[in-house]
Amino acid sequence: MSYIQGATGDWEIVMGLEIHAQISSNSKLMSGAATTFGAEPNSQVSLVDAAMPGMLPVVNEFCYRQAVLTGLGLNAEINLVSIFDRKNYFYPDLPQGYQISQFTDPIVGKGIVTIELADGSTHDIGIERLHLEQDAGKSIHDLYPNQSCVDLNRSGVALMEIVSDPDMRTAEQAKLYVTKIRTILRYLGTCDGNMEQGSLRADVNVSVRRPGAELGTRCEIKNMNSIRNIGMAIEYEARRQVDLIEDGGVITQETRLWDVAKGETRSMRSKEEAHDYRYFPDPDLLPVVLEQSFVDAIKATIPELPDQKHERLMSQYGLNSYDANILVAAPENADYFEIVAKGVDAKLAVNWVTGDLFGMLNKQGYTIATSPINAEALGELVGLVTDKTVSNKIAKQVFEIMLKTGEGAAKIVEDQGLKQVTDTGAIEKAVDQVIAANPDKVEQAIAKPKMAGWFVGQVMQATGGKANPQAVSDLVKSKLGLD
Amino acid sequence: MSELTDLSLSEARNKLLNKDITATELATAHFAAIKQIEPLNAYILTTEDKALEMAAASDAKLAKGQAGILEGIPVGVKDLFCTKDVRTTASSKILGNFIPTYESTVTANMWTDGAVLLGKLNCDEFAMGSSNETSYFGDVVNPWQRRGDDNKTDDTKLVPGGSSGGSAAAVAARACLAATATDTGGSIRQPAAFTGTVGMKPTYGRCSRWGTVAFASSLDQAGPITRTVRDAAIMLQSMASYDNKDSTSVNVAVPAYEKALTGDIRGLKIGIPKEFKVDGMPAEIQQLWQQGIEWLKAAGAEIYDVSLPHTKYALPTYYIVAPAEASSNLARYDGVRYGLRVAGDNIDEQYANSRAEGFGAEVQRRILIGTYVLSAGYYDAYYKKAQRVRTLIKQDFDRAYEKIDLLLTPTTPTAAFGIGENIGDPLTMYLNDIFTVSVNMAGLPAISIPAGLSADGLPLGLQLIGKPFDEETLFRTADVMETAANFTARPQLMAK
Repeated sequence: MSYIQGATGDWEIVMGLEIHAQISSNSKLMSGAATTFGAEPNSQVSLVDAAMPGMLPVVNEFCYRQAVLTGLGLNAEINLVSIFDRKNYFYPDLPQGYQISQFTDPIVGKGIVTIELADGSTHDIGIERLHLEQDAGKSIHDLYPNQSCVDLNRSGVALMEIVSDPDMRTAEQAKLYVTKIRTILRYLGTCDGNMEQGSLRADVNVSVRRPGAELGTRCEIKNMNSIRNIGMAIEYEARRQVDLIEDGGVITQETRLWDVAKGETRSMRSKEEAHDYRYFPDPDLLPVVLEQSFVDAIKATIPELPDQKHERLMSQYGLNSYDANILVAAPENADYFEIVAKGVDAKLAVNWVTGDLFGMLNKQGYTIATSPINAEALGELVGLVTDKTVSNKIAKQVFEIMLKTGEGAAKIVEDQGLKQVTDTGAIEKAVDQVIAANPDKVEQAIAKPKMAGWFVGQVMQATGGKANPQAVSDLVKSKLGLD
Repeated sequence: MSELTDLSLSEARNKLLNKDITATELATAHFAAIKQIEPLNAYILTTEDKALEMAAASDAKLAKGQAGILEGIPVGVKDLFCTKDVRTTASSKILGNFIPTYESTVTANMWTDGAVLLGKLNCDEFAMGSSNETSYFGDVVNPWQRRGDDNKTDDTKLVPGGSSGGSAAAVAARACLAATATDTGGSIRQPAAFTGTVGMKPTYGRCSRWGTVAFASSLDQAGPITRTVRDAAIMLQSMASYDNKDSTSVNVAVPAYEKALTGDIRGLKIGIPKEFKVDGMPAEIQQLWQQGIEWLKAAGAEIYDVSLPHTKYALPTYYIVAPAEASSNLARYDGVRYGLRVAGDNIDEQYANSRAEGFGAEVQRRILIGTYVLSAGYYDAYYKKAQRVRTLIKQDFDRAYEKIDLLLTPTTPTAAFGIGENIGDPLTMYLNDIFTVSVNMAGLPAISIPAGLSADGLPLGLQLIGKPFDEETLFRTADVMETAANFTARPQLMAK
C-alpha cells in the first residue's frame, strides 16, 4: 500500500471510477441514425434524436446485446428485468430535455475485474453496475463570438456507464483499471476504446483519508480522456486535498475539471449547484425483460478474454507474465504472435514481436493491423533463426530488407547469400587467421579473457556476419585456451 | 348541401360506394359548413386545396372499385396529430409555426384508408384542459345552447369540453363526418358528452402514439369522435394498428369493429360501480344513469353492483402522474431547434423567455406541478406513491372484470358550463374528469354516448368501460344503448 506523505503524516487515496464507453454499433440506442465518428455536423440525426414533437424512442436490441455481453465479460450479474429512466436537465445539446438512462434497475449488476500490478501481484476491483444511456450531442462555443453551435451527431449514441466500487488506492491502480476495462471491451468488440475520439471517457471520484479511517469527502474529476491524464489528475487532486486538509481546510463535494495545459484540477460546480435530475421511469418505454436463454446464447459467444489468454500464453508458450501482458493488451497483438510462433521458438517469437516489430510499427506510425510485415512473413523469418539458417543479427538485416522490398525472408536469405556458415572448418580457418594476424591482442586476451569478444567480432566481420556466433565464440575460446 | 353534411359517416360511405354522391361533393359541402360555423372556432386551419386533391383521388379509387374503409370521408384532425407539410401546433404558441416533415401513424393509417383531411381542429393547449379554454388560438364554443326558463334559447356561450373541444364541436355542428381526438384523462369522452357526440377512447396501446404530440405518455391514447357508434367503430378500425415505432403499442390484430354491432347483448354482465355515486351528483345525472341501466336490462343484459374501492384516489393520482410526465415531455420545447424562440442574454434566459412566452398558464401550472412531484425529496411521497395507487386502481378493475364484462357510469358530473365560468378555479375544472380518469389510469377502453338532455336542454353522456382490447363488446353494447336512447336532439349552432 503506498500512501501520500503529508506534513502531518500519511494519507491514503480512495478512488472509484465511472467509465463511459460508447457501444460499437451501427445505429443509436433509441433511433436508427448512424454513429460514424467525424461525419459532417448534424448529418446523423433522426427525428427522434432531434426530439421532434411526437417522436418516440425504440430500444436498439443490438446495443442491449452489447451491454449484456460486456456484463458477462466483467464477470457481472445480468439483470433479467431492467428499466429505462429519464434524467431531466436542460442543455442545448440535449434535445429531449432529458437523457434516457437506467437509474434504479440497470441491465448489469455487480461484477469483478482483476488488475495485475507492476510487482506481479493482483488486485480485485468491484464493479457496482453497468447501465445503458444516451450520449448527448456536442456544444461548440468557440466558432462565433456571441453564439454557440450544436452538433447532434452524437446525440443518442449508446453509452455503457461502468461504475466501479471505491476499490482503488493509487493512481497506478486507476490507470491499470481503465486499461484493463478498455482491453476487455476491445476483446468483446463492444467498444473500440478510442479515448482520443471520446469513445471511452472516465469520471474519477477521489477522496483522501488517514489510513484505515472513514471515507473522506470526494471530488469528481469529469470527462478524462487519456490514461496518462487520469494518472496526473489523481496525483494532483489527492495532493490538493491533503494540502487543503492539513492547512485546516475542509473538502467540499464538487465536480472538478482537469486542465491539461495548467496541469491542475479546478472547480466546475459544487454539490449545491448540482442538478436535481428528477429521475423517473421513461413512460415511452416498457421495462426490458430478458429470458435467461437470451443471456446464455450471448454467453456462448464470449471470446477468450485477456485473463484467460494471459494464462494460456504462459502455459502454452512458456512466456513470462510480462511478455504475456504485452501481448494480451490487444487481442490483435496476441493473434499476431500466435501466428508468428507457429513451429518456431516461442521466446524468440515474442522478442521479435514485442521488440523489433513493435519498435518498427511505433517508429513508422503503423498499427498491428496495418503492419507492412504480416504475421506469416515474420513467422518465416523467425523460423530461419530458430533452425539456425541465419543468426539473429543477420535476421535483423533481413527484416529491414523485407520492410523495403516486401519479399519473403527465405528468398532474401537465398538471393543475398546470407545463410549462416556452420561449416566448422571454414570458421576455424578464419579464427586461425585472426589470431595469427594479431599476436598483441592474443596476449591481452590471455590476461583479460573478456577480450575474446574482440576476436569473435573480427571473425564475424571476416565471414560477413554469416558465421554462427556461438560456434565462433567457442572456437576462439578454445584456441586462446580460455575455457 | 346540408343533406351531405348531416349524413353519418356510415351513410356517407354507403352513398359513396353506391356512387350516389362523390367525395368531391362531400368535401365541398363540408367546407361550406366550416364557413358557417366559423364563430365556434373549432378549426384553426383548413386545408381546402389538399382536401379537394384527396377527394379527387378518392373519387378515382371509388370509380375503380378500390375504396378503402374511409374512402372519400371528410375528417377533421385534432391539432395534436402531426400532419406532414400541414402546420401542427398542439394549440400552443410555442409551436405556432411548426410544420412537420412527417405524418403521425394514426393519420397516416386514415389517409391510406382514403379519408380526406378538412383541416386541423382546435384543442386545449397540449391537450391540457377540460373546457378548450387554454388554446393559444382562443376558446372553442359549444354548438349547444341552454334552454332558458322562458323556454327560449339562452345565448350564453358554453364550453364544448376538452381537451378535444374542437373535434367534438366540429362533429356536433356537422363540420366534419368524424374527427380524431386524444384522451389522457377524459379528453375524448367529456367533450363528446358535452356536445351530444360519441367519443371512443380505446385500450392503451391500441393506437400508435408515434407522431402525436405527447402530453402524458403512459395515459395518452388516440380515438375518434363521431355522431354514431357505428361511425366510431369504422374510424377506430382505421386509426388502430400495431406500430413498432411506439414501444407501448400492442401487437394485437385489429378486428373489423363494425361487425361487432350485432344488436345482441343478451347475457352480458354489466357492472355498476357504487363508488361513482359521488356526493352532490345532480339528480338528473343519477336518473340518466338509472335510465341506462333500464335500457341494458331491457336488452337482456344482467346488471351487477360492483366496487372499485380506489376510485376516489383516481383524480388526485392522475394530477400527479400526468403533470409529472408532461413536465418532462414538454422539456423539448426549448426554442433551440424549432418553435418559438425568445432571445435572452444567455441560454438559461433564452429558455426561460421562450417557455414563459410560449406556454400558457395551464401548461405552466402543470409543468410546475410535475416538476415538483418529481423533485428530490418529493418523488417518493408523490410520484412513487401515485404509481402504487395506480396499480391498485388497475387491480380494482381486474377484480371487477372477473365477474362482469363491462361497466356503466355517467361520463361527466355535469352538463356543459359557460365559457369563463370555471377557468379561474382549476380544482373545480379538474373535477370534470372524475368519472373518466380512472379509465386512463388503468389503460382501459371506454366510450361515451349521448343518452339524454339536462333540464336546460344540454346533452348528457353515459360511459361504458370495457376490458383491455375488448373494444368489440364495448361497441356492441354502445350500439344497443344508442338505439334505446334514440338521441335525436340537435345543437342550435350547427351548419344548416
